[in-house]
Amino acid sequence: MQELIKKGKELFANGTVDRIIGWTRGELPYDREIRVFRCAECFEKDFVYDAFCGANLSKYLIEESGKEGKIGVFLKPCDSYSFAQLIKEHRIKKENVYAVAIECYGKCDSRALADSVEDAIYWITDNGPELKIDTVSGAVVRNTYDYMLEKCAACKTKKHAPGCDETIGDEGEKVDDCTRFDIVAKLEAMTPEERFAFWRGELSRCIRCNACRNVCPACSCEHCVFDNPASGISQKAAADSFEENNFHIIRAFHVAGRCTDCGECSRVCPQHIPLHLLNRKFIKDINELYGEYQAGENPDERAPLTNYTKADCEPSVVYKRGGKN
Amino acid sequence: MYSIKKEALGSLLAAIGAKRKLYVPADNAGLILFTPYADGVSVNLSRNPDVSAKDFFFPQVENICRFKVCGKTVDVIDNREKNEDFVVFGVRACDVKSFEVLDNVFLSEPVDGYYKDRRDHSLIVTLACSKPLETCFCGTFGIDCAAPGGDVEAYACGDSYAFRAITEKGEAFLAELSLENGGDEAVEACKAKINEIKAKLPLSDLTTEGFGGGKTKDLFNNPKWAELSASCLGCGTCTFVCPTCQCYDIRDFDTGNGIQRYRCWDSCMYRDFTKMSAGQPRPSQLERFRQRFMHKLVYYPENNNGLFSCVGCGRCLRKCPQSLNIVKVMKALREDD
Repeated sequence: MQELIKKGKELFANGTVDRIIGWTRGELPYDREIRVFRCAECFEKDFVYDAFCGANLSKYLIEESGKEGKIGVFLKPCDSYSFAQLIKEHRIKKENVYAVAIECYGKCDSRALADSVEDAIYWITDNGPELKIDTVSGAVVRNTYDYMLEKCAACKTKKHAPGCDETIGDEGEKVDDCTRFDIVAKLEAMTPEERFAFWRGELSRCIRCNACRNVCPACSCEHCVFDNPASGISQKAAADSFEENNFHIIRAFHVAGRCTDCGECSRVCPQHIPLHLLNRKFIKDINELYGEYQAGENPDERAPLTNYTKADCEPSVVYKRGGKN
Repeated sequence: MYSIKKEALGSLLAAIGAKRKLYVPADNAGLILFTPYADGVSVNLSRNPDVSAKDFFFPQVENICRFKVCGKTVDVIDNREKNEDFVVFGVRACDVKSFEVLDNVFLSEPVDGYYKDRRDHSLIVTLACSKPLETCFCGTFGIDCAAPGGDVEAYACGDSYAFRAITEKGEAFLAELSLENGGDEAVEACKAKINEIKAKLPLSDLTTEGFGGGKTKDLFNNPKWAELSASCLGCGTCTFVCPTCQCYDIRDFDTGNGIQRYRCWDSCMYRDFTKMSAGQPRPSQLERFRQRFMHKLVYYPENNNGLFSCVGCGRCLRKCPQSLNIVKVMKALREDD
């Protein structure tokens, strides 16, 4: 973290940026808020980068990069793909952003961690592989790796997308034994009835708070169709028991090919719905049908779903042949 | 006061469930949710459920009526769900207080019949909070988590549960269950222990000083609102997990075979909230964010004899995706004094 603070102060001092967006301590020991720091002193005093900084800062840059001046940002590997994808979609003005790539070894699911402790928590000390938690009735210790966010437990890459202005520390590599498609494969192996029952069960908990949509870097429409009463499909809640499910399915279709699998949708869901599985199904299909594709990875490449080549397959034919192109 | 051994809770719940619809806090995907009681439900009383008990009276969505065009007439069909008597087990003191906040809105004239009918059919068995959390601050609003109220109060004391009737309805309910007398001393010890923990909670020193009716001018134009709301996503999580948020919308849905009119939760955090022909009265997220907290801490108490419409349950602290919450707002606004 000290290296990041040094870098931030330097960027302020040499006039590269006039503000920096980053994380800061919140009200609770495991809360990390997002803040725009406007001076080197406040940055040095309040900036934090630790096991609880799971939030992806990229989407805030849509608005921030439209303002005057230049903003600095620290990007974890998975966040950098959202950033690169948003630049590709002309949603972020790159010339107004100075991006610093930073290392990440996985972030903690603070809610799961807090729920694993029976008593009120005073303070958490991050000792790397161990978290020491002080509570009203004494201290307890938790293994950091047991309380990773899902997106981190199934991390796909420690390598940043192109587009950052500099890197602090060593650039990582893709994760070879990434497990992110394991559950998708299990769902694919189910019968349609089992799969339908699985999703109906998961989506039945939805309270339609829209946190998944509002946090999603791929959901960057200025005015969502679901908020437009004139669209005829703007429903604030389920009019019948299938409406809610429809919202999530339509959203997954809309971000298909643009979703970088940053995992924010599942991180923020107050009802623990594994929304990332819908997106990963699309990613897995795209990989199988059109070749490996990672949204945000290549600034010049056309996205498979908005491109056509004569070699393109017919998905229904491919699956009839048992997944062989 | 009545008492049962902890291992007898299952059979007690089964006995209640055999007579009436019963909801219990139960494990669900890492959450604790009020769940219809049935064999095999994993009851979890370790902490306050993730979703509040307001849903029993003010559900996320409910049918109001249905319209059907028949030639030149329109039939209006009342297709609301019929309510039967039900029991909610394990409601905490904060949620019980939230019913008072909701009652002030829905039971004042004109009375909301849909809401009232569900209130009339309910029986609330509360549970004292043996382990309040770092997110808890019900004490700020004068609520005692060691004396939760409701129709029947329950306490988890050592190896037993103790029950006490608070209302006549609760007295009749307990009489039906033929429980053994006892538990008075254990409850006193349990309360003493809770009070000891309460004093040590991280938010135990939070007060309502500086908030309440008449404070609009002091707080409305505070420059802090800009920074406080800057990272707000504009999602409805805080409003939907909040036990006192009571805003709703009424919408019509074309079923293809008529019109279904329904009521659903709405959120002041949404950009289309109370949108009128002249547009959105609060066009920026700053204004929407400010509205939510001003309503809880100033406008509501102003119109309801000083009663705050926050009960300190801490769900917004637990659930906000970006770690914003009412405690942070209260502390930040007070720094100016």
